[in-house]
Order: sequence, then structure tokens, then C-alpha cells
Amino acid sequence: MKILFKLALRNLLGAGLRTWLNIAVLSFAFVAIIWTQGFYRGMSRQAIQALTDAEYGGGQYWHEQYDPFNPLTLDDAHGRVPEPLQKLIEERKATAVLIIQGTLYPHGRFLPVTVRGIDPAQGVLLFPSEFLETGDGNDAEIPAIIGSRMARSTGLKVGDTVTLRWRDARGAFDARNIRIVQVMSTTVQSIDQGQIWLSLDTLRSLAGMEGEATLITLAKGTPFLEEIPGWSYKSPDVLLKDIHDLVRSKTLGATILYIILILLAMLAIFDTQVLSIFRRRKEMGTLMAMGMTRLKIIQLFTIEGALHSVLAALVAAVYGIPLLTLSARSGWAMPQAVDSYGYAIGERIFPVYSAGLVIGTTVLVMLVTTVVSFLPTRKISRLKPTDALRGRMP
Amino acid sequence: MENAALIQTKDLVKIYPMGSHELVALNNVNLDFKKGEFAGLVGPSGSGKTTLLNIVGSLDSPTRGSAIVMGKKVEELSHKQAARLRNSHIGFIFQTFNLLPVYTVFENVEFPLLLLGFSPAERKRLVMEALDWVRLADRARSRPAQLSGGESQRVAIARAIVKKPAIILADEPTANLDAENSHNVLQIMEELNQETGTTFIFATHDEKVISYLRRKITLIDGRVVRDEVMTPERQPEAKAQAQAQAQAQAKPSPGRTEQAEETGGPGGTGTRGGSGGRR
Ligand SMILES: Nc1ncnc2c1ncn2[C@@H]1O[C@H](COP(=O)(O)OP(=O)(O)OP(=O)(O)O)[C@@H](O)[C@H]1O
Ligand SMILES: [Mg+2]
Repeated sequence: MKILFKLALRNLLGAGLRTWLNIAVLSFAFVAIIWTQGFYRGMSRQAIQALTDAEYGGGQYWHEQYDPFNPLTLDDAHGRVPEPLQKLIEERKATAVLIIQGTLYPHGRFLPVTVRGIDPAQGVLLFPSEFLETGDGNDAEIPAIIGSRMARSTGLKVGDTVTLRWRDARGAFDARNIRIVQVMSTTVQSIDQGQIWLSLDTLRSLAGMEGEATLITLAKGTPFLEEIPGWSYKSPDVLLKDIHDLVRSKTLGATILYIILILLAMLAIFDTQVLSIFRRRKEMGTLMAMGMTRLKIIQLFTIEGALHSVLAALVAAVYGIPLLTLSARSGWAMPQAVDSYGYAIGERIFPVYSAGLVIGTTVLVMLVTTVVSFLPTRKISRLKPTDALRGRMP
Repeated sequence: MENAALIQTKDLVKIYPMGSHELVALNNVNLDFKKGEFAGLVGPSGSGKTTLLNIVGSLDSPTRGSAIVMGKKVEELSHKQAARLRNSHIGFIFQTFNLLPVYTVFENVEFPLLLLGFSPAERKRLVMEALDWVRLADRARSRPAQLSGGESQRVAIARAIVKKPAIILADEPTANLDAENSHNVLQIMEELNQETGTTFIFATHDEKVISYLRRKITLIDGRVVRDEVMTPERQPEAKAQAQAQAQAQAKPSPGRTEQAEETGGPGGTGTRGGSGGRR
């Protein structure tokens, strides 16, 4: 067997350019697959991190009426903060958020928005809520925070004043001017696009919902407390389900692309095998005359084909390891357009590779290459030495 | 006898089915070859020389009859057993050299030893020894593409001889060589035969080859029509005979074939006597 490997390697390297072309394509597929998988893994980690830090914390209690995908529910989705959660809030292990619907009138346009109230003193989320404290009792203009995307789409800047209209608990409309005190830069779209952040107390009084909240976010690491009637608990996993699904589908999409690439490489190797078996009939006859059995020749040719993947893995390691390490260190700048993916994507993605990913990909590719290399050799099992020497094929 | 038959064929028949009819490539061939022979199968194209050589080399099996090589019945060997027989005891030399193009000269000659599982040191020693025989030790690192035809065939000879087989089968070894290289290659094979006692069997219609043979077996239409001992002195005569044979090919007469077959039997004993006479 060792000899067969030696001979196969000799044959393969002796074949020159064609071998290296196959190896180049295959090694590129290797690196590309590992990079993509690592990229999406990094993206998902970063997104999860950002979402956890800025929005989901260690899970949330939702008012039972609250449905983030249906703004119409917001009218009823508020209630008194229940006792056990109130206690957590006081211990600074949770923070309440009140959400109502409103309309913003920036530069003469009107824009339906979601108005959110958050405690300026909260420390549960990575959120610049402290800027809302600038409300110095000047009732004329309510301090508000918006995200950078919202700032871009409304044309609002820090210091701008804009009219906000809302409906209070009794269904009466009211309007006030708000002043943008901070434009926060966040990767989390759900706290940015279409959102206006006010101080929780202010929003409560504006809406006539004293002591009420729509959801309560727990601090990271807070374990599930208890079932609370009227509120439903959403664990971090449940909250992150969408992004998990999204990353999975993105990864799948990209992986399909690279599976196609691998298939192309496999096709090239298959083709090389078929061609080399056809062209080397006489060589096979000579090998048989020298005392090699058909089985040995089949093994030789299979190993020869399979070695493509071994060499490709080695070549991939030579340029892939520095490349992948570099990209993991310095990250990959995301174009702005990717924002439309609809979830928290950082400006730079730092790919994350795992040993399992690298080994898994390598083993898989080697396995497939071996099968692809073996298939065309089955012809040899019917090859007669005399026919082979005469350059015939069954 | 010390010279027990190395190769023996008994009523050997090879038939190729050709659609509706059959093609009889070998027709009741009975031949013995002993250790140290330098014999040739001659005869017109299509007379069955290659077919016979292939069966003796266990590359092919007979339709009927028997071919016993080194005590093994070729027709009873499995594919694997036949491969082992070839691996250990038979070297092949082809008209087209059949060197492995991606290997160096050294690696080509080394190949049979790799299959036989020789150690690296022993491989090196035997390969260099074989290359010395064919006077190509200085080309060990060349690739086949860099060699002339004569050099290529010498490498092929080294590859056949390197494992010190009992039998070397050479099918038209000079057909792709010019006269000078043919003689060169033939002299090397003659030397090897004399020094190592390896049995050489050729299939050829090349006069140059025939002039070196010590036994000439003439096949026509798959039958042995003549089996004669040749001595160096008789070689010019052999040439003349071969020419006569070539003329006979044009219009083979049954009578002549019959007469030739009669000489075929005593020819075998003649060989024995001949080889004894040479010693
Ligand atoms: N695999 C085969 N299938 C069918 N017929 C074959 C096969 N091999 C050989 N033959 C036929 O058998 C006969 C003998 O062929 P063989 O090759 O032994 O002749 P030869 O004496 O070596 O001729 P040449 O001098 O041209 O090499 C020829 O008629 C040939 O066409
Ligand atoms: Mg022939």
C-alpha cells in the first residue's frame, strides 16, 4: 500500500500542469468553504453579541399582548410591571421598556414610528440611555435618541427638533416637540430603524401609563425567574431564533455556491481520471505485464485521484492559513448595502474558524474526491492484459 | 535431466471468436523451452507469434490445451496468481518500449523491484547493476522522453532483467530501432543470456534478430511448421532460409507445411543436442 502511494504521487506530480490546475481549483474551494463558514459563524457571533448587548440581554418578559411583528397590538400591549420583575429592576438586574405607536413629522413629511421609553439610568443594556437625562425640566422639548439609520432616513441630526404625535392610553391624540440629543451608532437595526427613544418616565407620563411597561429585559446571565401571569418569558435562544435561522440560511446559500465549486473540482478530477485511464491503457498493460494485478492498478489510480485532495489540502494550508488568520484578525469590511439583510451586522466581520470546521471540510472533500477517483477505475476490473497492451479498453 | 522444461505447451489452441466465424490464432502448438535458450518465434504477420508469447507470459490463457510455465499451468492460474508468476519470473520487452513516461530511467528499472518488495538499498544496487549491463548507468536520472529509441529499449531490457527472471519474452524488440541500435540491443541480450542463463524468447520477423537466434521456431497460421537449431556458423544459412520462408508465405503449399511439421518434432531434440554440443 505504501508503495502504491509512492507510485501514485510520482504519477500525479509527473502529470504536471493538469494536476496543479485541479489542485488549484480544489484548494481554492477548500479555503473558500472554510472562509465562508468561518465568516458566517463570525457574523452570527457578532450579531448575537450585539443583539444580546443592546436589546435582548438575558431574556425578556413580554406583555402577553405584545407582538413585535404587528404594530397594532401595541395599543394594548402594556401593563403594570409585575412585582417580582419590579424587584429585579430595583436590583438593576432588569430594565423596563414601554412601547407605543406614534407619528414623526420630520421636515414636513410624516413617518409612523415606534416610540420606546427606557430608563436613562439603566445598566442592563449597552445603550446610551444616559443621554436622555439631559431633560432638565424643559418641558417644551423632550430629549430623544435615534439610531444612525433613522437619522439618515429622516435627515435628523443632534440638536434638531421635530414634532412627535402619539395616542395615549385613553386613545386621545397628543403631540409635542422632541429634540434629538444623541444619534447612536448601532449594528442592531431593530432598535434603530423607525424607533424613537425617550426616557421611560417621560413616555409613561405622556402616554398616561404610569408604572407600566411593554417588556422587561433581564440582565445578561439572569436565570429564568418564574412564570408570571399576563407576561410571557422569552429566553435568549427564543429571541435569537430569527438570527439563527437567518445565519443558517445564509450559510447554506453560500455553502451551496461552494458545493458547486467543489463539484466542478470533482468534475475536473473525474474527467482527469477518465482521460488518464483511457490514455494510459498501454501503461496499465505494462504494469500488468510486470506483475501488478487489476486490483492494485485500480487502487493505484484511485489513490492517484484521491491524492489531488491531499495535495490540495496542503496547498490550501500554505496560503489558506495565513489568509484565514489575517482575515480573522483584521476582519472583513462589510459594504453598506449588506445592511438590508435586516439584522445586526457589524461594519467588520471577524471570521471564526473551528478545528471541527477545518477537519470536517477536509475529510469530506477527501472522501468525495476518493469516490470520484474510484468510479472511473471500475472499467479496469474488466481489462485484459493483452487488450491493455494493445491499447484497447473494454 | 538437469534441463527440465521451463516452458512446455501441449496441444495449445487459441481461438478468437470473430462474429460469425472463429479465428484460430494457435493450432495445436507443442513446444518445449529449456533454461538458457535464446529462441525466436518467426513467421508472417498474423501467424500467432504474439499470441503464443502472451500465453507463455501468462498474459492470456489458451482456449484449449495447456501451457506449463515454471511448473504452473497458465490456464489454471487466477488473475492474481498469473500476476505473481509474471512478477517473479517473467520479464517483458515490447516493440514500443513501454517505459513509464513520468518516471526517470532509474525509477522505471526500479519498478519491478518495488512490486517485489526489495529494500531501498538492494533496489539501488540491482538497478545500477542492470543499468551497467545495458551501459546506461550515466542516464539513471534521465526521463524516457530524453532517450533515443535504442537507449529506451536498453532501459526496457534493464527493467526486464533487473529482477533476474527465469524468462524474458521480447515481442518485436527491434521493430522500432535502426540497424545499429538493433545490433547493439541484441548483443546486450545475447550477453545477458550467456552470463545469467536467462531464457529469451523472441517474436520477430526481423532478420537481424533471427541472425542471433540459437533456435528458430517458424509459425504459419498458428501452427509450428519448423523448429530448428541455429549455430553462429549457420546464421547466414538461417537468413537464406528465412528469405525462402518469406517467399513461401506468398503461396503457402500444404505439402511444404506438412514437411515442415515433420521437422518440427526432431527440431526439439535437435535443440537439446545443440545446447549440449555448445557446452
Ligand atoms: N484480441 C484479439 N481478438 C481477435 N483476434 C485477435 C486478437 N489478438 C490477435 N488476434 C488475431 O490472431 C491472429 C494472430 O495474431 P498475433 O498478434 O499473434 O500475430 P503475430 O504473429 O504476432 O503477427 P505480427 O507479426 O503482425 O505481430 C491474427 O490474425 C490476429 O488478427
Ligand atoms: Mg505480433
